[in-house]
Amino acid sequence: MDVKQVQLDAEGFLVDYKEWNEELAKELAKEEGIEELTDRHWHVIRFMREEYEKTGQVPTIRRLKNAGGIPTKELYALFPNGPAKKAARIAGLPKPQGCV
Amino acid sequence: MSDNGKLEKVSIIISKGSLEGVYPGLIMANGARMEGIEVNLFFTFFGLDAIIKKRMNKLKVATVGNPALHMPTLIGMLPGVSSFVTAMMKKEMDKIDIPPVDEFLEMISDAGAKIYACRATVDMFHLTKDDFCEQVDDIINVGKFYELAAGGEIIFT
Repeated sequence: MDVKQVQLDAEGFLVDYKEWNEELAKELAKEEGIEELTDRHWHVIRFMREEYEKTGQVPTIRRLKNAGGIPTKELYALFPNGPAKKAARIAGLPKPQGCV
Repeated sequence: MSDNGKLEKVSIIISKGSLEGVYPGLIMANGARMEGIEVNLFFTFFGLDAIIKKRMNKLKVATVGNPALHMPTLIGMLPGVSSFVTAMMKKEMDKIDIPPVDEFLEMISDAGAKIYACRATVDMFHLTKDDFCEQVDDIINVGKFYELAAGGEIIFT
């Protein structure tokens, strides 16, 4: 599966999160300016997907910190300039809708 | 504003010390960092309560002189009413993952926003840097604030 084969919405987010795989994540990360996904990137991505499957909601930055063990500072370093949106997009999830 | 029309910097002033006076500014500051926008957060007058260690988690909703609460002023002034309304609101905020003030400031600071206290108010209330939470980067005067805000938007709350 690559970016050309999956359906993206107008803002580039996956329409169906089940179409996601790790290869696709790497491609989406490159589009977001992240050349290589480290173990910590994968930790964020996997936690977000697990939460989404459980709750149907993209987790907030606070939830990533308190339940996912990802300090806010680190999250901003891993996904610079808009971490919640970027990480959600790479994880194949919809654009976060909350204000926090 | 940059050439591509994207907002690049906001400087947000928080001047009120009630719960509903502080949170909008905090949410906007955090939200701006989430969008990759540079943020200065400037606390002045009673807004300083939000960064004073002993007071930051004790902010209350104003139940008097607040018509949008749809509560008669005579009830709003009774002992305990403000605490009750505040507790209700905090409970609802927690449900949508809005943190308490101390945790929120820590998140906003960790997100890369700069946090400042107003020099004039600090002098007026006889405060020192030790009264503030550790996230406060500096105590600055209004001139310095405008220097830092240059080239961005200013939001007064």
